Amino acid sequence: MGQAFIETKKRSIEFNSAIRTYSMVIALVAVWAIFAYTTDGVFLEARNFSNLMRQSTITAILSVGMLMVIVTSHIDLSVGSVVGLAGGVAAVAQGWLGWGLEWSILAALATALLIGALQGFLVAYLNIPAFIVTLGGLLAWRGAIKGITEGNTIPVQIPAFKTIGQGYIAPPVGMALAIASVIAIIVITLARERSRRQHGLGSESRFRLVTRIFIPSILVFAFVAAFNRYAGVPVPVLILAVVALAGAMTVEGTAFGRYLYAIGGNTDAARLSGVNVRLHALAAFSIMGVLAGLASIIYTARVGSAAPDAGRLLELDAIAACVIGGTSLMGGRGSVQGACLGALFMASLDNGMSLENYQDFTQDIVKGLILVTAVGIDMIGRRKDG
Amino acid sequence: MSDKNDSFILEMRGISKNFPGVRALDRVSFDLRKGEIHALVGENGAGKSTLMKILGGVYPRYEGEIYLDSRIERFKNVRDSARSGIAVIYQELSLVSEMSVAENIFLGRLPRRRGFVRWNKLYKDAGELLARLNLRLDPRTTARKLGIGQQQMIEIAKALSQRARILILDEPTAALTDSETETLFAILNKLRDEGVALIYISHKLKEVFRLSDRITILRDGRVVAACDTTDTDESRVITAMVGREVSQIFPRRASEPGEMIFEARDITVRDPISDKLLVERVSLSVRRGEVLGIAGLMGAGRSDLLMALFGAQTGRVTGEIFIEGRRALIASPADAISHRIGFVTEDRKRFGLVTDQSILKNMTLAALDQISGRFITHRERETAAGSRAVSDLRIKAHSLRSIAGSLSGGNQQKTVLAKWLLVEPRVLLLDEPTRGIDIGAKQEIYSLINRLADEGLAIILVSSELPEVLGLSDRVMVLREGRVAGEFARSEATPEKVMGCAMGG
Repeated sequence: MGQAFIETKKRSIEFNSAIRTYSMVIALVAVWAIFAYTTDGVFLEARNFSNLMRQSTITAILSVGMLMVIVTSHIDLSVGSVVGLAGGVAAVAQGWLGWGLEWSILAALATALLIGALQGFLVAYLNIPAFIVTLGGLLAWRGAIKGITEGNTIPVQIPAFKTIGQGYIAPPVGMALAIASVIAIIVITLARERSRRQHGLGSESRFRLVTRIFIPSILVFAFVAAFNRYAGVPVPVLILAVVALAGAMTVEGTAFGRYLYAIGGNTDAARLSGVNVRLHALAAFSIMGVLAGLASIIYTARVGSAAPDAGRLLELDAIAACVIGGTSLMGGRGSVQGACLGALFMASLDNGMSLENYQDFTQDIVKGLILVTAVGIDMIGRRKDG
Repeated sequence: MSDKNDSFILEMRGISKNFPGVRALDRVSFDLRKGEIHALVGENGAGKSTLMKILGGVYPRYEGEIYLDSRIERFKNVRDSARSGIAVIYQELSLVSEMSVAENIFLGRLPRRRGFVRWNKLYKDAGELLARLNLRLDPRTTARKLGIGQQQMIEIAKALSQRARILILDEPTAALTDSETETLFAILNKLRDEGVALIYISHKLKEVFRLSDRITILRDGRVVAACDTTDTDESRVITAMVGREVSQIFPRRASEPGEMIFEARDITVRDPISDKLLVERVSLSVRRGEVLGIAGLMGAGRSDLLMALFGAQTGRVTGEIFIEGRRALIASPADAISHRIGFVTEDRKRFGLVTDQSILKNMTLAALDQISGRFITHRERETAAGSRAVSDLRIKAHSLRSIAGSLSGGNQQKTVLAKWLLVEPRVLLLDEPTRGIDIGAKQEIYSLINRLADEGLAIILVSSELPEVLGLSDRVMVLREGRVAGEFARSEATPEKVMGCAMGG
C-alpha cells in the first residue's frame, strides 16, 4: 500500500459505527445495572427480561426501515398510522371478510407496502419533500383506519395469528436455533478468513478471529438461555432477529446498501457515479412500508385487536431509536445495530421506570431529554473534529 | 474621455496574498483615478477576483497597502469597505426577488419615521436614482419581474445609493443582451463623466477597448503590463495575458493515436429553466490513445458539454453519440458507465466524492457491480482492488479506511481518478483535473494522463489552464458561447491563438 501520511485532521478513519455500537452497549448495560439495583433485581428477572425484549421489538423492527429512509436523507412520519391501518386491515380481513391466517397477513403487508411505495414515488419522482408527503400520510392513513373500523376496535379472530405477538418458541427449539446460529457464525467467519488469504490481504490475528467467533456466540447462548428461563424465546424477538440480521446484511453487505449511504452522503456524487438515486429512495420507502406491515401484524397480534388509534406516535419512537443509535438526520450515516440498540435502550427506560411506578409523563420527559443529550453529544464530538 | 484628473482616488501598492500552497498575488500595484474606467484583464486564476476581494474587504489579511484619497486604509470586513465608498457588482446578483425595486435599492436602509417605513420618500428617492441612470422603470416593480440586464442596473443603483465612489464590475455583460449592454455602457460613461471611478473586469476585449481609459493585465498573480488603452491593441493584450515560458513539465508522448472510438454529433444543450442555449451544435470525435483538449472561457459551455456526453445533464440535450461506430443512447450516468465512459467532474468535493466516507468506498462506488458483485459485496475483492489503486496512483493516506475528506487536494483527485479507472473506461472525460492542486501532484496527474493515453484510452480534457491544455493535448478545440470557435492541431496551437479564439476573434 502507499506510504503512510500523517493527516492533519484528528478523525481520519472513517466514522466507525462499531464505536457507536460499543458505546451504546455500554450505556445499555449501565442502565440495566442501575435499574437492577433500584428494583432489587426485579428488572433482570426472567419474566421481566422477556417482557422487556418483547416490548422493544415493534420499535426495533420499525427502526430498521426508518434507518434506510433516514440514511438516504429522507424521513417517514407516517409509520405509526401505517401500523394502525395495516393492523386494522388484517383484523377486518379476518373478522368481517372471513379471510384465513395467510391471506390476512398478506393483506396487511400488501397495504403497508403499497403505502410505502406510493409515498416513495411522491418523494423520489415528484420531488415532494418527504416530511410533507409522510406528514400527509400520517393524517390520511389514520383517517382511513378510523373510517374502515367506524371507530370500533376489531378483535383478532384467529388464535394462530395471536401467537405471532404473544407466542414463545419452545425452549428446546430455541436452543437448537442457538446452536445453528453459532455454527453459522463459525462457518462464515472462517470463510471470510479464507477469502482474505486468497486475495493476499494477510490473515487476521488468531486472537481477533477467536474473539469474533466467541463474543457473538456467547451472546446468542446467553440470550436464549435467559429467555428459556421464563417461557422460551418470544416469537416477536425471533422475527426481530431475522429482520435485524437481514437489515444489517443489506445495508452493510450489498451494493444496494452501499448506494443508500452514498446517496445520503452526497447525492450529486452518487448520481454522477451512476447510482439511480430515485429508484433507491423509492426502494427505501417501500422497505419501510413492508417492515411497518410486519410490525403492525406483531402489534395487532400482541394486543389481540385493532383499535382505530393503534400505533400512534410510533414513528417518533422509531426515529428516536435511530438517532440515539447514531443515525444522522442529515443522511449518510447510521447502522442497523445502533438503531436496534437504541430501541432496546428506550424500551429499557420505559420498562424500568414503569417498574418503579414513575408516571407516564415522567417517562416521556426523560426520553425527550435522553434523545436531545444523545444527539448533542454527537454534534459536539463532530464539531471538535472540524 | 473625461478630463485627466491627476489625483488618484485609489492606490494599491505591493499587494500580496497567500493561500495554503499558492501565492495568489505577488506584489501587485494598481491605481485608479476619479472619473476613470480602468479595466482589469487576465486569465482565470490570474488573481483578478482575489485583488478585488481584498479591495472589497472580503480578505482582511494581506501584505501591502491600500490608499484611499491618499489616506491609508485597512478594511476589516465588507461593511468597512462599503462605508468607504467601494461597491462591488458581482456576477451573481443578490436582489431579493419578492421585493420591489425601491426596497432592493435601499435594502437595510429604508427611510423610517418612528419605526414605520416612509414609502413615499422611498419611492421618490428610488425614482431619482433610476432617472440618474436613465432607467425608465417604476420603482414599485417587483424585482422578480425584471430581466437580468435590468437587475444588474438595480445593483448599480443600489451601489450609487450608498454613495459609492469606486464601482467594481465583474464580468457585467456576461448575461446581457446587446441592447442591455448598450444601456449599461451609456450608464457607465455617464458615471465616469460625473467623477465616479470604475474598475471593469472582463474577458471581452472589444468592450474593454471601447470603454476603458487604462488597462492593467494580470498573469499568475503579477502585473505584467499597465498602460493607457490608446497605447495598445488586442493582440498585445492577449500576448501579455498568456505569453509565458512553457516549462518542460509535460513529458512528451511517442505513441500514435488509433482508430476513432468516440464521436458526438450536433450536441445541443438548453438550460432547463431559461431555455437558453448552453451548447450549440457541437461535434467532436476522439481516437484511441488521443487527448482532445477543450479550451474556452468560463461559461463557454465546456462543462455543460461534458455533462451532456456523460448523460448527466439536467438541461435538454439533443444530438447523437457514437461509440466504436455504433449509435449509443446515453440518458444517464449509468448508461455512460455501461458504455465504459468515465467522468472526472470538476469540484471534486461537491460532485466527485462522498467526503464523509472512506477512500475505499469512494473508489468502488462507480464500479461496485464489477468489483464486488451485483448484490452481495465482497469486501476482500474490494479491498484488494482498492489497495492496487492506491499503490498504482501513489495515493498518500493512512489506510483505505481514511476519510476521503481528510486527504489533500491532490490525493482526493487521485481517489476520484481511481474510481473512474476501476470502471475500466474506454473514454475518459476530465473537467479541470488539476484545479486546486499543488504543483507536485499536478505533475503526477499529468504523467498519469499521458500513461492512460499511451495505454489506448481516449481522453477529453477540459481545462482553464492554457499550459495544461496545450501541453497534454494532441488536438485543441475551442468553445466560445456554446459553439465551436476553432480547432488546432498540437503543432499549430499557441497560447495566443487559443486565447484569441476563446475570447472572440
